Amino acid sequence: MKKVLMGNHAASWGVQLSRVKMISAYPITPQTHIVEELSEMCGDGSLDARFLKVESEHSAMASVIASQATGVRSFTASSSNGLALMHELLHWAAGARLPIVMVNVNRALAPGWNIWADQGDSLSQRDTGWIQIYVEDNQEVLDSVIQGYRIAESVDLPVMICYDAFFLSHTYEPVDIPSYDEVDAWLPPYTPTNHLDPEKPKSFYPLVMPDNYMEIKYKFQQAHEQAIGVIDEVGQSFGTSFDRYYGVVEAVQCEDADIILVTSGTITSPARLVLEEMRQKGEKVGLLKMRTFRPFPVKAVQQALNGAKKAIVVDRNCSWGKGGIFADEIKSAMSNTTDAPMIYSYIAGLGGRSITPDDIRGLIEEAIESDSPSSESVWKGLKL
Amino acid sequence: MIEIRLHGRGGQGSVIASKILAVAAFAEGNWVQSFPKFGVERRGAPVEAFLRIARDKIFIRSEVTDPDFVVVLDPSLVEVIDFTTGLKENGSILINTPKTPQELDLSDRFKVSCVNASKIAADHRLGSVTSPIVNTAICGAFARSSGLVGIDAVCEAITQEVPIKPENNSKAARVAFESTLF
Repeated sequence: MKKVLMGNHAASWGVQLSRVKMISAYPITPQTHIVEELSEMCGDGSLDARFLKVESEHSAMASVIASQATGVRSFTASSSNGLALMHELLHWAAGARLPIVMVNVNRALAPGWNIWADQGDSLSQRDTGWIQIYVEDNQEVLDSVIQGYRIAESVDLPVMICYDAFFLSHTYEPVDIPSYDEVDAWLPPYTPTNHLDPEKPKSFYPLVMPDNYMEIKYKFQQAHEQAIGVIDEVGQSFGTSFDRYYGVVEAVQCEDADIILVTSGTITSPARLVLEEMRQKGEKVGLLKMRTFRPFPVKAVQQALNGAKKAIVVDRNCSWGKGGIFADEIKSAMSNTTDAPMIYSYIAGLGGRSITPDDIRGLIEEAIESDSPSSESVWKGLKL
Repeated sequence: MIEIRLHGRGGQGSVIASKILAVAAFAEGNWVQSFPKFGVERRGAPVEAFLRIARDKIFIRSEVTDPDFVVVLDPSLVEVIDFTTGLKENGSILINTPKTPQELDLSDRFKVSCVNASKIAADHRLGSVTSPIVNTAICGAFARSSGLVGIDAVCEAITQEVPIKPENNSKAARVAFESTLF
């Protein structure tokens, strides 16, 4: 069934089709529609789930941790300052190896008070141990929520699906909604590795002495390393069933490219237009879409970028005092490799500022002209 | 690709109008993209919504700055904003007004069409007489003046998207379709 859906409702459909059993969330613009729709789905019986109203995002995360620990597929959603309020419990959810899926609608952190698109909120949660997937359009929102449960439950790690405020959350476009039967055939019911059960008492999350702590954390890191392969496998398997393929990254015409654009989120879409146009003119341009940020797909990035002369990374975020976060991670991934491209780092589109095909064309032209990149990230479109 | 910008005031349903037209154009086999100017939705304040209609998938993710078509839902906006900003040479304008295109001072630069959507909405008891909800009437008039969507698809989209008084809303769209002036 194809319908014209806003990104937020595409997320709600993904949750419904995944037969989630527990939802808890606190409203915050621009995420609110997701849980509004889910509460209606619970109300009219189209989704057989418990909808728990809570007094804060901290409590929302605490309650999905509790429900997931009892072996129940759980969901929450947030954005910006709401996600920041969850911070402590994000560490807990991941460390407890709970395969929760949440949606974060990427929105700037205040102040300056701003409700628009910016990846600073979820990227600030980089080291909480959550898998982070950044998506490009409303179809990918729905598909990634469903894939999110399969990934999470395969490696016992929580998954955060991130997408740009308003550019997706409030934008209506066609989405192919699979049937329950199709999703049921692909996503089996959740069978927990360990869960709280009064019939079979066990002790969970005890004090861990220095003698054992490192080993637990090593296994946690191993799960992340394993997740890279799992995200690719799940994306391929999803494609086999639904004819839409996904992976940790998407490399478009990188094989013979001299210049490769590196993007995430909705910036990828206008970049595709520019790529097509430049290729028609005979310019050897490629595109690397960073779908996964944690675990960071080092090998996939090396494979796509090695051999190119220049890579242009566009970041809708900034690590204050350092620069574009994707650019920084990509530089680190490319270090100690031979044949790495020069890496140009640009910051653009913060706080919801539009990024047009013209803007991207401008970055490529600038890189073509340049002999070597600046060591700092360059801010584009400043009106100083 | 056709780019459309809708101007209205918060509460008149400009965003829903954009969605109704998107649903109608999609039902007729197009790709569509519809979104509000983000964050300005306040009752009575000038608001904008954007709509793109294309044969193939749309990859642009920014506001419509050079529209092919402008729709004005509120006649009082004529004095407040320049809704022709960026409108392409020979672009089209559809205005909710009791006036005729000849009475407006735009006709030589743009293709202008008019519909008295406020009266049609009030006649069909949509909103109140002082603040009628004109979006469904405007959608009907858009079908007529643009030819980009059929009136049947618009009425079907209204039935699907408007939970309150769907019949009156569909009728208002058809009356507006019939009474659009060029």
